[in-house]
Amino acid sequence: MSILVSGDTRLLVQGITGREGQFHTAQMVEYGTRVVAGVTPGGAGREVAGVPVYNTVREAVESTGANTSIVYVPAPFAPDAVYEAAASGIGLIVVITERIPALDELNMYEYVRRKGSRMIGPNCPGLTTPGEAKVGIIPGNIHKRGPVGIVSRSGTLTYEAVAALTARGIGQSTVVGIGGDPIVGTSFLEVLEMFERDPETEAVVLIGEIGGEAEEEAAGYIGEMSKPVVGFIAGRTAPPGRRMGHAGAIISGGRGTAEEKVRALEAAGASVARSPSEIAELAERALSRR
Amino acid sequence: MNLHEYQTREILRRHGIPVPPDQVASTPEEAESAAAAIGGEVVIKAQVHAGGRGKAGGVKLANSPVGAREAAEQILGMQIKGLPVNKVLVAPAADITNEMYLGFILDRANKTVTLMASAAGGVDIEEVAERTPEKIVRAQADPVIGFQPYQARDVAYELGLSGRHVRQFADIAMRLYDVFLENDASLLEINPLAIVASGDLQALDAKMVVDDNSLFRHPELAAMEDHTQLAPSEVEAARAGITFIKLDGDIGCMVNGAGLAMATMDTVKLYGGEPANFLDIGGGASAEQVTAALNIILADPKVRAVLINIFGGITRCDVVARGILEGLSAVERRVPMVVRLVGTNEEEGRRILEGAQLPTASSLSEAAERVVRIARGEETPAPTPGA
Repeated sequence: MSILVSGDTRLLVQGITGREGQFHTAQMVEYGTRVVAGVTPGGAGREVAGVPVYNTVREAVESTGANTSIVYVPAPFAPDAVYEAAASGIGLIVVITERIPALDELNMYEYVRRKGSRMIGPNCPGLTTPGEAKVGIIPGNIHKRGPVGIVSRSGTLTYEAVAALTARGIGQSTVVGIGGDPIVGTSFLEVLEMFERDPETEAVVLIGEIGGEAEEEAAGYIGEMSKPVVGFIAGRTAPPGRRMGHAGAIISGGRGTAEEKVRALEAAGASVARSPSEIAELAERALSRR
Repeated sequence: MNLHEYQTREILRRHGIPVPPDQVASTPEEAESAAAAIGGEVVIKAQVHAGGRGKAGGVKLANSPVGAREAAEQILGMQIKGLPVNKVLVAPAADITNEMYLGFILDRANKTVTLMASAAGGVDIEEVAERTPEKIVRAQADPVIGFQPYQARDVAYELGLSGRHVRQFADIAMRLYDVFLENDASLLEINPLAIVASGDLQALDAKMVVDDNSLFRHPELAAMEDHTQLAPSEVEAARAGITFIKLDGDIGCMVNGAGLAMATMDTVKLYGGEPANFLDIGGGASAEQVTAALNIILADPKVRAVLINIFGGITRCDVVARGILEGLSAVERRVPMVVRLVGTNEEEGRRILEGAQLPTASSLSEAAERVVRIARGEETPAPTPGA
């Protein structure tokens, strides 16, 4: 088992004919993901990496049975792409696009929920279930299938953790990047709940960073989980009031500091790594205790 | 992006929010004539993107145009928390009977826009939130129908207002909500929202933070950005597509990805070093970007060593390695460097760097430990190529 994406994923790529869309479609196809369709308005009849392109999401869904979409559409047009996917019955919408205005993200969040769909991201690296489906931009070659679920607000820092686990011979069930913006479609808490229910996942790595309260909210649930959680929080040295690259990574009004988050995670029983290098070590220990 | 008080006041005024008339001055003489035009007692306020300007001496009262000139002379050219004051706002001194706080914020936790108000205005709202959170009244906008007048009236009554003040408060709150949405704000506040001698509500100070990601649809706001309020290195970095934040340490950091960049700084600190900066070079890490990033890092004379940490995912390490060498040959200043390059094509990348005798490390911990030792003078690194 795994969460969110698997061999049953029938993936639709929105913005497939753009530079990013073409490149990553080829990567996903090469990984073995079932990419069944692409959408670019006006692009019908084309093919990208052997994948047929349609004008609208509705047509693509009707013709191919796509159930998941990934969005590489530039920020000014990304909200519309997400609304189109949700309105067409796509159940899982993964938004890679960065720099989407926060007020648009509020609307995207609301509309997708109302349609009964789920959004991952925006501004995220996507998700991978090793050996089954790579939906996003996480390099495929760093993975190995196994018992650790990973959920993260970051991109390359996630790759770092995945690579370190794989180097130690520890595989992953599913790796989920939830995105670094203040408003994201799916929270740490929701992904933790999915990992808790997933029979394959035996331990979870949670990679957070400064800003907001998503880690504290997650900590409230970690105490109830039957599976061990290893945490890491980036930004212990971040100055207050500055946005550290990610729109959501900011200590404001003295809240959202790394110390607060580490304290909350530790109080909930998670073991928290002091450096990225320590994550794999702690995960190994957590697995051996089970 | 932050707007100055004078810019925010103008926007609020255009939307029908009662803001007293004011003028902006860049010289003491302009302040003098502004005070003469306004008449009576005036307040001269530093226009700077730093909080606590009152405590820093950036706000002064003057009884005459000459007094206004003298006050402006003292304020203009001041540095408040390291930021230069190039403009002052001249406005009538208000006769205040009551000060409140009214603002809207992007509410991350509740995923909506939320009104915040307090009967205790004129002070730092974050302090109020910290010390007496019960004094803050909140009301969330519904995601479908938006913020409604009844909510604004509810808040007004909770603040203890009555009669026409309730009507005025609700009117200002609704207009403020519109300004928030129209300008893609992430924070918009009136502090203080005051009851003045005439008995009316007036916005005496205002602050707006605009969502940087929305600037593509607000060219008029983007044009209002005051670059003098940013470190020159940060402006230069933004132009090169790099995110750079200057810190106080002596170990320069160049990293791809924001989370990894923070984690790299943290690891440097963990090994006893002090990071000189946050720098996210972005996805590409082309030779041009590496050059720009090195130039920005090395422009800080405090930097004694540099740690380059790249996790090549989609980005190939050999491309990055060549970018680093090209970048090094284009910059003049030499400091020791430690490079950690892992991921796609890492062996090839490492060979390229080792051929150039650039010290490499395989793990982040090893790299951080080594760069800290080098910065402390405990290890003598190989000479940097190109020197």
